[in-house]
Amino acid sequence: MSTRATALVDRELRSPSYLQNGTDLRSWLLTTDHKRIGILYALSITFFFFLGGIAATLIRMDLVTPAADLLTNDQYNRAFTLHGIIMVWFFLVPSIPTTLGNFLLPLMLGTKDLAFPRLNLLSWYIFVVGGLLTLFALVVGGVDTGWTFYTPFSTLYSNSHVLLAAMGVFIVGFSSIATGVNFIATTHMLRAKGLTWMRLPLFAWAMYTTSLVMVLATPVLSMSLLLVTAERAFGLPIFDPRAGGDPLLFQHLFWFYSHPAVYIMVLPAFGVVSEIITCEARRRIFGYQFMVYAMVVIAVIGFMVWGHHMFVSGQSAFANLAFSFLSFVIAVPSAIKVFNWTGTLYRGQIRFSAPMLYALGFVGLFTIGGLTGLFLASVPLDVHLTDTYFVVAHFHYIMVGGSVSAFFGGLHFWWPKITGRLYSERLAQFAALSMFFGFNFTFFPQFVMGWMGMPRRYHVYPPEFQPWHVMSSVGAAVLAFAYAWPLFYLGWSLFKGEKAPPNPHGATGLEWQTRSPPPKENFDSTPEVTAGPYKYHPRESTPDEVEQAQKPQEP
Amino acid sequence: MADDLLLHEPFENPARQRVAVPFGMWAFLTTEILFFAGIFLFYAHSRWNGGQAFLEGAKESAFWYGTINTAILMTSSLAMAIAERANRLSVMPLVRAMLWLTILLGTVFLVVKGLEYHKDVSEHLVPGPHFKLEHGPAEQFWAFYWTATGVHAVHLTIGIGAVMRLAWIDWRSDLSRRDTLIEATALYLHLVDIIWLTLYPLLYLAGRQ
Repeated sequence: MSTRATALVDRELRSPSYLQNGTDLRSWLLTTDHKRIGILYALSITFFFFLGGIAATLIRMDLVTPAADLLTNDQYNRAFTLHGIIMVWFFLVPSIPTTLGNFLLPLMLGTKDLAFPRLNLLSWYIFVVGGLLTLFALVVGGVDTGWTFYTPFSTLYSNSHVLLAAMGVFIVGFSSIATGVNFIATTHMLRAKGLTWMRLPLFAWAMYTTSLVMVLATPVLSMSLLLVTAERAFGLPIFDPRAGGDPLLFQHLFWFYSHPAVYIMVLPAFGVVSEIITCEARRRIFGYQFMVYAMVVIAVIGFMVWGHHMFVSGQSAFANLAFSFLSFVIAVPSAIKVFNWTGTLYRGQIRFSAPMLYALGFVGLFTIGGLTGLFLASVPLDVHLTDTYFVVAHFHYIMVGGSVSAFFGGLHFWWPKITGRLYSERLAQFAALSMFFGFNFTFFPQFVMGWMGMPRRYHVYPPEFQPWHVMSSVGAAVLAFAYAWPLFYLGWSLFKGEKAPPNPHGATGLEWQTRSPPPKENFDSTPEVTAGPYKYHPRESTPDEVEQAQKPQEP
Repeated sequence: MADDLLLHEPFENPARQRVAVPFGMWAFLTTEILFFAGIFLFYAHSRWNGGQAFLEGAKESAFWYGTINTAILMTSSLAMAIAERANRLSVMPLVRAMLWLTILLGTVFLVVKGLEYHKDVSEHLVPGPHFKLEHGPAEQFWAFYWTATGVHAVHLTIGIGAVMRLAWIDWRSDLSRRDTLIEATALYLHLVDIIWLTLYPLLYLAGRQ
């Protein structure tokens, strides 16, 4: 045995991995270890993901025929509301930040934990309480308002459990805020020595910008839900038009959060995809600084475009013009991201591993979603397309095609680090390809339907739309398979998978410089950073790194 | 003094830890400001649309209750500021006295608020079928009144709880080594006071000549 291997064994004896550091339920439920909390979140959001998926299955099955033969009108309304509420607030918003972010951010920054470890655990408990409250609302009868809770329907007319569901979402907002505050403080305060802002991995930047959006947008949603509660529970005339209230005010408040929420879903995806593409193409990311600035600009302008959800609401023509313009502007940094990923791939030594297939799928689907977003940002086209399946397809391309693909890509990419095991590459590649085809099969027909005028949230429709709906439902079955399939081979890898080396992909980030799975303290010795990220090729060093390398090294 | 600080897990550097807690609190306070911004937007919107009728509603608020309460709350804020400063200088008896004064005055505020609520209810100032004034903008003013003061009272209650926790820590162990905690609590409490300072003119001075 070489001395290096002996040293490694010694260290293993000294400190067990975070998974072996206590195995009873108590050691998990009272943990303040960010890695374990990431896993708690992963289990919770997987549960919600499949719950939302069941609702989606019901919807797609009902839509196979033009008549209402599976669900009644009311049941259909409750099914799509369940799907929306669960997927948006209990899966998409928390997905990447709370699981991969929680697990990886401290590792990438070279620190032992997040700045406020107990707050981190608290935020998981808040998440669970909010989730259970919402689930309770759905079990006792469900909600029929749609995930948007539009007033005055939600406050005055709906006979469903709006209050409970709204309170669940309100509570979950605190979890989001706590996570955001924690990530921001950690990024500012706990970076390893030498890890300057312009040396941060793009995933860390993505977590940072996402946290800014979370912290600045979520409280506005909380207040609008509180006002809905005040009106519905105590009869205070807030949005009620009969007492001079204005339902448009609710829409402004709601979309001030819910448009930035799209960036809460997609900025983390940018981070994941940047890490995967640069590693699997063996190239330094093209235009690192532009990638960073693009994310910051998206986070900022993301706050100025909410009004494009309200083009047909009767707001002023001037507001329409301004929001339309700003919505076009935000396409610029998004395009910069796509061009820079393409630039990174150019002349790269590309490995078509499973994470890379997911990442490439992301780039394609996000581009389609982004381009169709331009259709909707343009007022005259939006008037035609509002509340049609075109919109449904557009936001699914961004949020599911984009965010969920990236989440699966990231899960596969860091799986060896998180679990210490390798999965079957072949089976994973198959899942990634099935997801891409299943997704396009499901949602591309919806663009066509929407263009032809099929409205969203209707389940009785003219027969000429049936072929498109059938196509979409068949695609959804493929997609469902692609989502469930990883459960098997990833689950299998936990028990039978080959043990993972510290750095199976040959990646450059700090998280790969510790054991797989990492010890509780993350690193055996405190890391120090001397160069920027993504040094995949010696020829691609920047001048300051050359200078750094030429400095006399201390022995 | 910095070296006396209790060092917590991810931090290896006391100076960093000292900054991190107030930094996190400031980030959280940003969310609080945006939270209240939502309801202030509601006020602005209703007042813009409601015009004179909205101000008619504002005239009904209990000016003296509000004014006395403002004085009480500002004094408790001062007490908290003195407590925080005294803790930095390790004058522990003063810290103790000021923490308890903060708790006392905060509680008095809530009691006065309760009396005011009682008066409002007995005068039918609760929006609904028996509302004293005409339905419409005046009623919207009172919707704002109840929501805003209610949410503020919840925040103040949490703040009083947080100061009680400081008093508890002081009684059980050494508070002077936890000066980031007392600073964070003070920041939170001051924000609650500042929000009241914004609410006071909106609720009690609007509509009065």
